[in-house]
Amino acid sequence: MKVGVVTFPGSLDDRDAARAIRAVGAEAIALWHGDSELHNVDAVILPGGFSYGDYLRCGAISRFAPVMTSIIERANTGMPVLGICNGFQILCESHLLPGALTRNHALHFLCTDQRLRIENTTTAWTSNFTVGQEIVIPLKNGEGSFQCDDATLAQLEDEGRVVLRYVGENPNGSRNLIAGITNARGNVVGLMPHPEHAIDPLTGPSADGLPFFTSVLTALVGK
Amino acid sequence: MALDTVAAAGTTPDRSQPFAALGLKPDEYQRIREILGRRPTSSELAMYSVMWSEHCSYKSSKVHLRQFGEKAPHSDALLVGIGENAGVVDVGQGYAVTFKIESHNHPSFVEPYQGAATGVGGIVRDILTMGARPIAVMDPLRFGPADAPDTHRVLPGIVAGIGGYGNCLGLPNIGGEIVFDETYAGNPLVNALCVGVMRHDQIKLAKASGVGNLVVLYGAKTGGDGIGGVSILASETFDSTGSAKRPSVQVGDPFVEKVLIECSLEIFAEDLVVGIQDLGGAGLSCATSELASAGTGGMKVALDTVPLRDPSLSPEEILMSESQERMCAIVEPSKIDRFLEICKKWDVTVTVIGEVTDSDRLIITWHDEVIVNVPPRTVAHEGPVYERPCIKPDYVDRVNAEKLNLPMPTTASEIRAAVLKLISSPNLADKSWVTSQYDKYVQGNTIQSQPEDSGMVRIDEKTHLGVAISTDANASWSYLNPYEGAKLALAEAARNIATAGAKPLAVTNCLNFGSPEDPGVMWQFAETVRGLADGCLEMGLPVTGGNVSFYNSTGDVAILPTPVIGVLGVIQDVRTRTPMSFDRTGLDLYLFGETHADLAGSEWAYLHNQRGGQAPTADLQREIRLIKLLLEGQPLFAAAHDLSQGGLVATLSEMVLRHNMGATIQLTGDLATALLSETPGRVVVAVEPTNAQAINTLAAKHQIALTQIGTTGGSSLTINDAAIGLDELRRAFTDTIPKLFGHSRADLPSILPLDAKKIG
Repeated sequence: MKVGVVTFPGSLDDRDAARAIRAVGAEAIALWHGDSELHNVDAVILPGGFSYGDYLRCGAISRFAPVMTSIIERANTGMPVLGICNGFQILCESHLLPGALTRNHALHFLCTDQRLRIENTTTAWTSNFTVGQEIVIPLKNGEGSFQCDDATLAQLEDEGRVVLRYVGENPNGSRNLIAGITNARGNVVGLMPHPEHAIDPLTGPSADGLPFFTSVLTALVGK
Repeated sequence: MALDTVAAAGTTPDRSQPFAALGLKPDEYQRIREILGRRPTSSELAMYSVMWSEHCSYKSSKVHLRQFGEKAPHSDALLVGIGENAGVVDVGQGYAVTFKIESHNHPSFVEPYQGAATGVGGIVRDILTMGARPIAVMDPLRFGPADAPDTHRVLPGIVAGIGGYGNCLGLPNIGGEIVFDETYAGNPLVNALCVGVMRHDQIKLAKASGVGNLVVLYGAKTGGDGIGGVSILASETFDSTGSAKRPSVQVGDPFVEKVLIECSLEIFAEDLVVGIQDLGGAGLSCATSELASAGTGGMKVALDTVPLRDPSLSPEEILMSESQERMCAIVEPSKIDRFLEICKKWDVTVTVIGEVTDSDRLIITWHDEVIVNVPPRTVAHEGPVYERPCIKPDYVDRVNAEKLNLPMPTTASEIRAAVLKLISSPNLADKSWVTSQYDKYVQGNTIQSQPEDSGMVRIDEKTHLGVAISTDANASWSYLNPYEGAKLALAEAARNIATAGAKPLAVTNCLNFGSPEDPGVMWQFAETVRGLADGCLEMGLPVTGGNVSFYNSTGDVAILPTPVIGVLGVIQDVRTRTPMSFDRTGLDLYLFGETHADLAGSEWAYLHNQRGGQAPTADLQREIRLIKLLLEGQPLFAAAHDLSQGGLVATLSEMVLRHNMGATIQLTGDLATALLSETPGRVVVAVEPTNAQAINTLAAKHQIALTQIGTTGGSSLTINDAAIGLDELRRAFTDTIPKLFGHSRADLPSILPLDAKKIG
């Protein structure tokens, strides 16, 4: 099983995403922003970081990278794609997911061990969780406040497309405490928290992030 | 103004030159004329003035810093010592680790965000320049009183700048310190440490050798920022004209630096450079003269080929510009094509600006006219050296003779009040409002970060090899006795490493002081260096490099002498490290080390506005035995936490709050001293009751006093008859800093109203 991890200029958690993929026994394939070739990967992770410095809206430049053209095309035909943090922002800018991530309401970067609740286990990336399960994984960003219009919010809620929600105080001002969402098909998921930093209690707050990566293997095997 | 060339300098020997405005003394200017045998060109004057500034030349500190070499202990671990961009230490398994700490105090006062951000950027490039991948940063910070208006101007900006730059580079921030004291009110200290890792054979040095090799400038384009930043900002005390200096602070672009790191590491991996130097303080003046000086001496540079962000810059400004995110490499002609290819892959601007020559002169041209022709050693390594007068200041004997008059709690209610007062004071209160603005997880190798005693990162995922780092200073002790203060800071940093189970290996330092032209400050400095050198010799820890920051004062008031000491250690298996606290009930708590009435310079004294008395005397032999004990006993310890500022009160409070697991403590004898004293060389450990005999044997073997002080469990911290619920303790500990500097999350508006009924 091959899972691609894209490196944009300014990507930071690309090596961590690759480590998480290897940890569940899959092969991590490095994809380069300037190369539209996907090297026969079965799924793709867009990692965290500050692609192109995020001086414009986060992810606004990355969506135009040659590799994104190929990823958008494959995502629209069902390939699992997970966007973490900056990757989530890129998915929104690419219109693979609705809404936008704006500046945290406290107006500064926040790194914290975040309690979250799994809301949807029908996606390619969350099938190995149970609905209502609470997990703790790192949240670390400056622009993680999920915003969208009322109609979109109603649609996301009505269709059960909220994948992950913050538990407790709202860490960043996200609407409806939304930490992660999916597309209608369930193959594209975007998360602000970082499951790749919770694969081993030695280096993270827990190993609660692993099921995101085992889930996609389950999804791919089942195809 | 017409171009000032070497030819013109020869024909106009008497032209008056603004050497004083550039920070040069008349005799220094005269020496430049003697070296060159003519007046310097304006470009040469610019180069000499920045390179001979205090910040670059260490002219006041050099005579003292020699002791680090003269008293250097024998060490098999030291691969590269003082003099290079950063020292390099062998940590085994073929790995070399490089680390260094630097100050960015004055720029951070003028422009907190950019000053702090570029401080991180500069130290990261120093580490990169050694050939290493940067793997973590740490930031020891010092501010004026927590409630002072200017602290509210500088602290949020400095914290945001450190986070803004470091987070964007993908470097975990694994520790540091935050201390408030009124002497830093007009002069905050922003010290930045970076650590990097490489294989032994990847070590790079800053030298230009090999005639015909190319001088390559890559990274950001050169702009007008930071011109004269080093000499103007770091070498003159602030006066009332602060705002006029704003343009001197450099502006950072962390994205460019991140790309520069990845690009450089790819270049290093293919062994494409002969020598390399980053451009920091003094920019191209420094990089070209240092590379040439350390190499064979000859270099020719065509300055007009330097890519510019601002095309109106004069040659003098280009030489002095401190634009960030630039590197200068020496590359063999046969490897230049591949070098350029890698830069292209990363979209990094790259230009061949010159070549190494067989002369002993650094020659810089501007459109084919020679504007600099100097022996590079005279610029980079043979600057002025001063033996400044050192006189023990009057205050020392006076404050040492003062008797402390402090309230000493004895009853249960007095003890409760003392505990809550101490841990809610800004210096001891929880700093997570600050540290949560730093990414501690990126790179996926962080084993320990704040609030642990030391930062720890894994450097090999298969063998679990790791390194630990701690930075410490106790300026209150250094004020009372700078010689002992330096030794005590060294001992504390080393102890913090060993507490986690890592073996101390090497030392870096950032020596922050007032004006070297004040004989009293110079005495503090000389005593500090002597103490640190003696301490390092006794503990067998080599100094690998460091940084001196003088002129930290506002008006006549110098800061407290603040030597920040960083110690790096190695741990063979990070999975075995000892955490700072316990998460289970029924463990026995022991105190290693004796407690004396050491309240001089303590937090308790500071909270009662008393600065007098005598600092403790460092007993480094005992510290060495304690470190051996901690390393040998590591398998026995469920938790271990150092005692420092705030004494046993702070240590116990931090331990019980870490995992919300209480403790019951029984102390005998003088209760107030037991709780509040800051006698060095003490550690609290938690152990299984079945290990009682083993702990006693260990303590006896290493001749370290051992006292059983209590057990873990419950939902309060109970000290004899005084019980404080963990919730109350936590509120006292965590409320202070957010109340001062931020809003609590509950106060924040939601940007759009929450749709409550939809939320499970």
